[in-house]
Amino acid sequence: MTARTITYRDAVHEALREALRGDERVFLMGEDVGYYGGAYACSKGLIQEFGEERIRDAPLSESGFVGAGIGAALGGMRPIVEIMTVNFSLLALDQIVNNAATLRHMSGGQLSVPLVIRMATGAGRQLAAQHSHSLECWFAHVPGIKVVAPATIEDARGMLRTALADPDPVIIFEHATLYNEQGELPETDDYAMDIESARISRSGGDITLITYGGSLQKTMAAAEGLAKDGIDCEVIDLRSLRPIDDATIMASLAKTHRAVIVDEGWRSVGLAAEISARISEQAFFDLDGPVARVCSVEVPIPYPRHLETAATPQPDKIAAAAREVLRR
Amino acid sequence: MSADNQVSLSRAEAMALLGQMILIRRFEEKCAELYSAQKIRGFLHLYIGEEANAVGVMRALSPDDAVVATYREHGHALARGLPPGEVMAEMYGKAGGSSRGRGGSMHIFDKKHRFYGGNAIVGGGLPLAVGLALADKMQKLNRVTCCFFGEGAAAEGEFHESMNLAALWQLPVLFVCENNGYAMGTGLSRSESETSILQHAKSYRITGQDVDGMDVVAVRAAALSAVGAIRNGEGPRFLENKTYRFRPHSMFDPDLYRQKREIALWKTRGPVLQFSKWAIETQLLSQSDIDGLEEEAARTIDEAVRYAEESPWEPEEDLERDVYTPRKVEETAR
Repeated sequence: MTARTITYRDAVHEALREALRGDERVFLMGEDVGYYGGAYACSKGLIQEFGEERIRDAPLSESGFVGAGIGAALGGMRPIVEIMTVNFSLLALDQIVNNAATLRHMSGGQLSVPLVIRMATGAGRQLAAQHSHSLECWFAHVPGIKVVAPATIEDARGMLRTALADPDPVIIFEHATLYNEQGELPETDDYAMDIESARISRSGGDITLITYGGSLQKTMAAAEGLAKDGIDCEVIDLRSLRPIDDATIMASLAKTHRAVIVDEGWRSVGLAAEISARISEQAFFDLDGPVARVCSVEVPIPYPRHLETAATPQPDKIAAAAREVLRR
Repeated sequence: MSADNQVSLSRAEAMALLGQMILIRRFEEKCAELYSAQKIRGFLHLYIGEEANAVGVMRALSPDDAVVATYREHGHALARGLPPGEVMAEMYGKAGGSSRGRGGSMHIFDKKHRFYGGNAIVGGGLPLAVGLALADKMQKLNRVTCCFFGEGAAAEGEFHESMNLAALWQLPVLFVCENNGYAMGTGLSRSESETSILQHAKSYRITGQDVDGMDVVAVRAAALSAVGAIRNGEGPRFLENKTYRFRPHSMFDPDLYRQKREIALWKTRGPVLQFSKWAIETQLLSQSDIDGLEEEAARTIDEAVRYAEESPWEPEEDLERDVYTPRKVEETAR
């Protein structure tokens, strides 16, 4: 199988284009997805190819157009709603939590909401405290929706297709620092990637580093650094934040007996805490040491580069946490 | 009742209008009784006094149109033709209810009747209605989505966002504001700087009209005209129906914020009373017709209560059912 090098942004763009070509019911709706080309340029040129009806610029009304996406999904369409950034999604929480997540159960199974919501998340672009947070766990908390975080080019390309085929609402978190990343994409007829399982990104036997999204590359960098000192890390990319693939995590711990969780969300009451709790519940007797967490410092993400870097997980902090758990 | 509206009203239509209003009135009275008997729990918001709105509007819709309603939606559900037994069983929380008992009084859903709730977030249904209409427009289906909400919703951002989207994209939505004067216990003039909700809609360039929401004939006529325009591709329409609830906001509400004489005055304009009186005066219906409708409503409600009583509880093992689509269904759907 041959491969080609493309950016994460182009992978998202291709996935959107393929979805729009493949199914008349699919349309993209959000702020500046049309003539502007998307805040992160993922939909550049799509309005020229598919027209204003299907590449639908929405006014700045997150609750309105997310709710309209839910309604359109109920009405037989397959909307992809783009929210510019996770902080703006808070304006649409009512529709996501009170409608998208509840309608199936609350209607006794009569209704499905086959809606995909995409949004950018995370720090690293010096956009300060209203454009840089990682609030994935807020959504992963809610039964009725699925939450995924494509960290690789392959997942950026392939998760959208599976999400669109899903009869339930799926939220895709794209870390803002990933869009310019380049990587290899295998040429294949079937790009679809599953949206439920975790992946072993690096196999190792000494310690398991569990992460997702924008922290995957930092964690991989930490693992490479530790390898030079003879510490053999296994790295798990969670990929799906709801549901969480417990089996992959626990199987890894049965092998390594030690874990560090890397999560750009804040430490308190977050995803890392959830994973840690699951490990206590399911793999307590496999552990040879306490579970460690590397999370964002509990401050609103600041603007200056050095403080933003200090506030978020970085390879050196991840490596230090792993050494501490291993006492090496 | 205005002379214009009387002309086209057949005896059969008069029977249907009055029959549905009586059914809703008696159904709601029975609900209040069953609430006291603790058969119905949680919140219970009665539609008594407002029946003309759901009944009049629903006569303008066809079965493939969609309806989005509020948490005060028993009347809308019945007027839309949902089986009364299933509506009652939903209030009981039984598995035979419209939503398998999962939703209760505030969340009645029926996909077959394109009845999309039952929304207990004030204003939360408006964006859904916009989306349903958007789907119809994109699929070139000549259908209307009818969205009911109270005047309290006009203070919510979702109301304004939805007005803008519907007008901007010229979507086939009929917005029906049931203005009963009180957002729970707060009077309209104490919550809105502009007390004409229609004026808000007009500022988004949506055509609409004020309607006497106590007069079922006027509501029906306004809805027919609005739905006609929407089907004709003229974009969204807006009705502001001035109405009144005779009962408190919910069964928990001690009703401290209204004057007894205000309630009494509105009751003299009650939709069932007013229409019955007019129909007899104009000899469209007779007293024995009305007695017959009362008997029929009583029978229907007895049957609905029997159905609800006999309906099983959903087994606890099914608690987590329908949070997500079961995999088998998912694969078939693909």
